[in-house]
Amino acid sequence: MATPALKLKHPGCAQSIVCDGNEAAAWAVALARPDVVAVYPITPQSSLVEYVSQFIADGKIEAELMNVEGEHSVLSALHGAALAGGRTYTATCGPGLAFMFEPYWRTPGMRLPIVASLVTRDGITPQCVWGGQQDAMTMKETGWIQIYCETVQEVLDTTVMAYRIAEHHDVMLPVNICHDGNYLSYGVTQVEVPEQSAVDDYLGEKNINWHVALDPLRPMAVDPLTGGAGGPGPAKFVAYRKGLCQGMQNALGVIEQAHADWAEIFGRDYAPLVEEYRLDDADYALVTIGSMTGAAKDAVDSARERGQKVGLIKIKTFRPFPVAAMTRALKKVRAVGVVDRSVHYGWDCGPLYQEVLSCLYRAGQPIAAGSFIGGLAGADLTEGHFARAIERTAQLLAGDEFDSPVWLNEHD
Amino acid sequence: MTTAVEQKITHEVRLHGRGGQGAVLASKILAKALVLSGQHVTAIPSFGFERRGAPVAAFMRYSNRPIRAVTNIYAPDYIICIDPSIPKAVDIFAGVQPDSTLIQATRNSAESLSCPAAVTRVVLCDAIAIGMEVFRRPITNTIMLGAFAKATGIVTLDGLRAGLESANFRDAGLEQNLIAVERGFNESIVKQRQGDTWV
Repeated sequence: MATPALKLKHPGCAQSIVCDGNEAAAWAVALARPDVVAVYPITPQSSLVEYVSQFIADGKIEAELMNVEGEHSVLSALHGAALAGGRTYTATCGPGLAFMFEPYWRTPGMRLPIVASLVTRDGITPQCVWGGQQDAMTMKETGWIQIYCETVQEVLDTTVMAYRIAEHHDVMLPVNICHDGNYLSYGVTQVEVPEQSAVDDYLGEKNINWHVALDPLRPMAVDPLTGGAGGPGPAKFVAYRKGLCQGMQNALGVIEQAHADWAEIFGRDYAPLVEEYRLDDADYALVTIGSMTGAAKDAVDSARERGQKVGLIKIKTFRPFPVAAMTRALKKVRAVGVVDRSVHYGWDCGPLYQEVLSCLYRAGQPIAAGSFIGGLAGADLTEGHFARAIERTAQLLAGDEFDSPVWLNEHD
Repeated sequence: MTTAVEQKITHEVRLHGRGGQGAVLASKILAKALVLSGQHVTAIPSFGFERRGAPVAAFMRYSNRPIRAVTNIYAPDYIICIDPSIPKAVDIFAGVQPDSTLIQATRNSAESLSCPAAVTRVVLCDAIAIGMEVFRRPITNTIMLGAFAKATGIVTLDGLRAGLESANFRDAGLEQNLIAVERGFNESIVKQRQGDTWV
């Protein structure tokens, strides 16, 4: 019996499937045609690398699969592969990401355009295997590009785009595509899969080790010992650091272009850096990140029906932080409530809230702000939670400010 | 007569089972079938440490409009219970909406289910007995999808078959499950509440 086919809604797409975010990421990996994939399983990422492994076993991905003994080896193996000119992929999260840390923060400095999915998971302790963005947020100052997805379709699309961004010669940096553990990793919905030939055209020819290589024909010192207080060290070290910072800044424009071209070819248009939702006539707004945003938009619509002039700002690209785009959005309102799925221990708030505070200084106008933290360790953030956040943010407008974060699941 | 639930655009389904019975797989198959019926679908399994036999739930929204919320289900209008003993272990009726439907694996009567007033329709399926005949084991997940199709009319048997075919069963497993879905559909009994009785 023939399986009834799902109708396609967008150009440049080959088929429509029903799958979860982990499978969607695996389809993206297949489309990107990596040369080397190294994996070690960890909840809630495990099914992602199982799908990728299956695709390799089926010949759908023609890549070398390395099942190694732990995440430190995973990324170290990919360093070698990238230095040899290979396109590479891995995925991890939580404690696996922690175990990967030493090669992880070496990667941006070597300017290796590795793409790694972070199926975000909350931190330990206490013990938890559920979603949350604490793992990714802990890594925010390592020099990796971090992009957060809202939907399963966006996971697929953005994971492909990540290669275009990472390998751009003005960028040459590793990219983390972050998708929320549980809600996106296991959330099932309809997804359209782009055509291979269209993706091939979109990504173009890869040229990954033009700048740094393990190549007998081009001998060079890779990751040299440099720095110190004398000789050429200090200037050399600054050149590395400054170059990395410049690459991050270049990424902002490259991320925008990657999204614009994607929209043109595949018909799906995502705000690359910061999305503004019902913001133009808003008095105040929520700021959100990741898969929580859908329910938050529903709450904004409900509040609008009650006559409240509220909008929403969603951040997609968190590293590099889109300071100009965020500041432009913030200037449209007089109060913001920032909802984080992780904790900034240093400031007793959420990490996104702290970034927003810096933008408020740039905005140069009085805008009241409050921090909300929710969805930790798999906790749900529903329209009801966002309705409360909207009410509390409205009170900021009236001058009722608060210093400590509002913990949205505290009384669940 | 059109009930409030039938007028509702978005439906919320909560599927109860036990670890190892395939509740999550069933929700994936159902999601595929609903998409084939032209519905927008988001299905999310509840999650925990996977233990065979422990109560598990899977959540699903479907609508003729795009769905943005990626959240669990707290106010279902369809409850699918693929294990006869689960109602004794968890409150399957938590948050149930007026005019809701319970689709229950049981060999007992509607009266025995102690449904709250909000549940106005029950679909009974002796899924354990069917499972023992089809699989030689008490597997009920796909049988109960057949019962859901009968209860709602929103998915067809063809849609469920397509969902099964994309679920990577081995050949014999696929054959058995195709039979299971069809028997679940054909052998379910629909009862409507009339006051204190079910007819």
